Amino acid sequence: MRVKLLQIAHARSGDKGDTANIGLIALRPEFYPILVKEVTCERVKEHFKGICKGPVECFELPNLNALNFLLHSSLGGGGTLSLRTDAQAKTFGAALLRMEIELPDDLAGLID
Amino acid sequence: MSAGATSVRIASGQGFWGDWLEAPVRQVEAGPIDYLVMDYLAEVTMSILQKQRNRNPSQGYARDFVPLMGRILPTCIERGIRVIANAGGVNPLACAESVRELARQVGLAGRARIGVITGDDLMERLDDLLAEGIELRNMDTDEPLESVRELIQSANAYIGAAPMIEALRQGADVVVAGRTTDTALTYAPMMFEHGWAADDWDKIAAGVVAGHINECGAQATGGNTGVDWESIDYSDIGYPIIESRADGEFVVTKHDGLGGRVTVATVTEQLVYEMGDPSEYITPDCVADFRTIQLEQEGEDRVRVFGAGGGPATDMLKVSISYRAGYKTTGRMVYSWPDAYAKAQAADRTIRARLDRVGLRFDEIYTEHLGAGACHGPLAGAVPRDLPEVELRIGVRHSTNRHAVERFAREIASLILAGPPTATGFGGGRPRVQEMVAYWPALIPKTHVHPEVQVEVA
Repeated sequence: MRVKLLQIAHARSGDKGDTANIGLIALRPEFYPILVKEVTCERVKEHFKGICKGPVECFELPNLNALNFLLHSSLGGGGTLSLRTDAQAKTFGAALLRMEIELPDDLAGLID
Repeated sequence: MSAGATSVRIASGQGFWGDWLEAPVRQVEAGPIDYLVMDYLAEVTMSILQKQRNRNPSQGYARDFVPLMGRILPTCIERGIRVIANAGGVNPLACAESVRELARQVGLAGRARIGVITGDDLMERLDDLLAEGIELRNMDTDEPLESVRELIQSANAYIGAAPMIEALRQGADVVVAGRTTDTALTYAPMMFEHGWAADDWDKIAAGVVAGHINECGAQATGGNTGVDWESIDYSDIGYPIIESRADGEFVVTKHDGLGGRVTVATVTEQLVYEMGDPSEYITPDCVADFRTIQLEQEGEDRVRVFGAGGGPATDMLKVSISYRAGYKTTGRMVYSWPDAYAKAQAADRTIRARLDRVGLRFDEIYTEHLGAGACHGPLAGAVPRDLPEVELRIGVRHSTNRHAVERFAREIASLILAGPPTATGFGGGRPRVQEMVAYWPALIPKTHVHPEVQVEVA
């Protein structure tokens, strides 16, 4: 079934210079392999089209059921130079949770 | 694990300069702790403090820290709670002197030992370092520092735990530091209390993880969490406390009776905050691997953290350099129903045309419509037609021309009478022009930084 990431994950985001970081965390361990499979660097880059102007890197943290994404060249020059309301990427995590992915039907019952 | 006699309680009291003033007081008064650690320094804070010091040589530190100590120091001395804070900014000596003076005023003359750490400030040494061949190239762009040499406002090395441990060894009740590494504020007392060797990488890595959890205050205890946020009491939120054991394991908790929440979810969110490559979390004292740690909910508001691993520290320290990068300002105007969004868009076109007509150019003009997708842009989808109001927000910046930025601040005000209808929300007056300070990360060999420790009785 089609779900928003909001239904199976939570997120925290922040900045380092002009790079945004998004930690994406599975709400249940069973959802983590789905995040790894579905939320690829390419999909994240496409999702943030027009916002992320550089490459996207992804790191896996299976011990925390989490993925860490780095979105380079995304903050209008970074912290102090940026003219954006969200110069520190605080809402990027929520923006990622808008993404829709395919969840296997047998996991659908685990959604709260 | 339980809070046995062998665990040391290290409480976070401040996640940045400007954080909740009551938090450190609550940490001291609402339950038992052994250490109160406070992080005051973000990257831009150093340049603000340097400007203050340039105007007044006795300033340049986080001034809030001194009245705070007036409120809590008597209790801390009475109960043996030691305070470690990087409140010293670019003038730790003046900060420590103010704390000593205050300690005498609150009746602690002869009873409070105040330690101060210096040596992180490289501002006066920059030309010597460059002459010696220490290039301080920008870690992100590889540019040499020469390209911004005349614009530099501050330059500080992120120093590690050793000088803080030395201050504690000399009996300091309060340790005032400048640009220490944020995480070291927490792992220095862990290393000191447990007697960990400087090459016990796994234990120091555990300390780094604990420091990362503590360094943003309530962000580990329910602040900003996306999980069940509606049910969290933020008004009297408990800040994190690390219960640290000699073998490296620790528990993240908070005082009973305070608000907030400590769960695997809240702690994990803080662990991934501002994370780069999780396998290489570099500090002055070790390189921690965040893929090793395990979390377990061992009780209500108690998360056990174990398994941390790490490797040897590098030979370098990170340097935080700030430099003047021009001017910016942001103009705002609110438009109400009907057609709020369309009116804000028309106002934006109006301003841009007026700027063109007077020949003003900027490095960037950036427009947002608050209430109509400013945060998530196109991801927010189509803007509803009947929004009750929208705030137009236009930012401009220029690397050298302050006049152009000031002129923009005048132009935005012209929308009040000479633009689309229902313009309001301008009570704050003309927008203020800000000097921009940019951040230049660099590396320096550890052999070129010499921290010093002084501990004096008030």
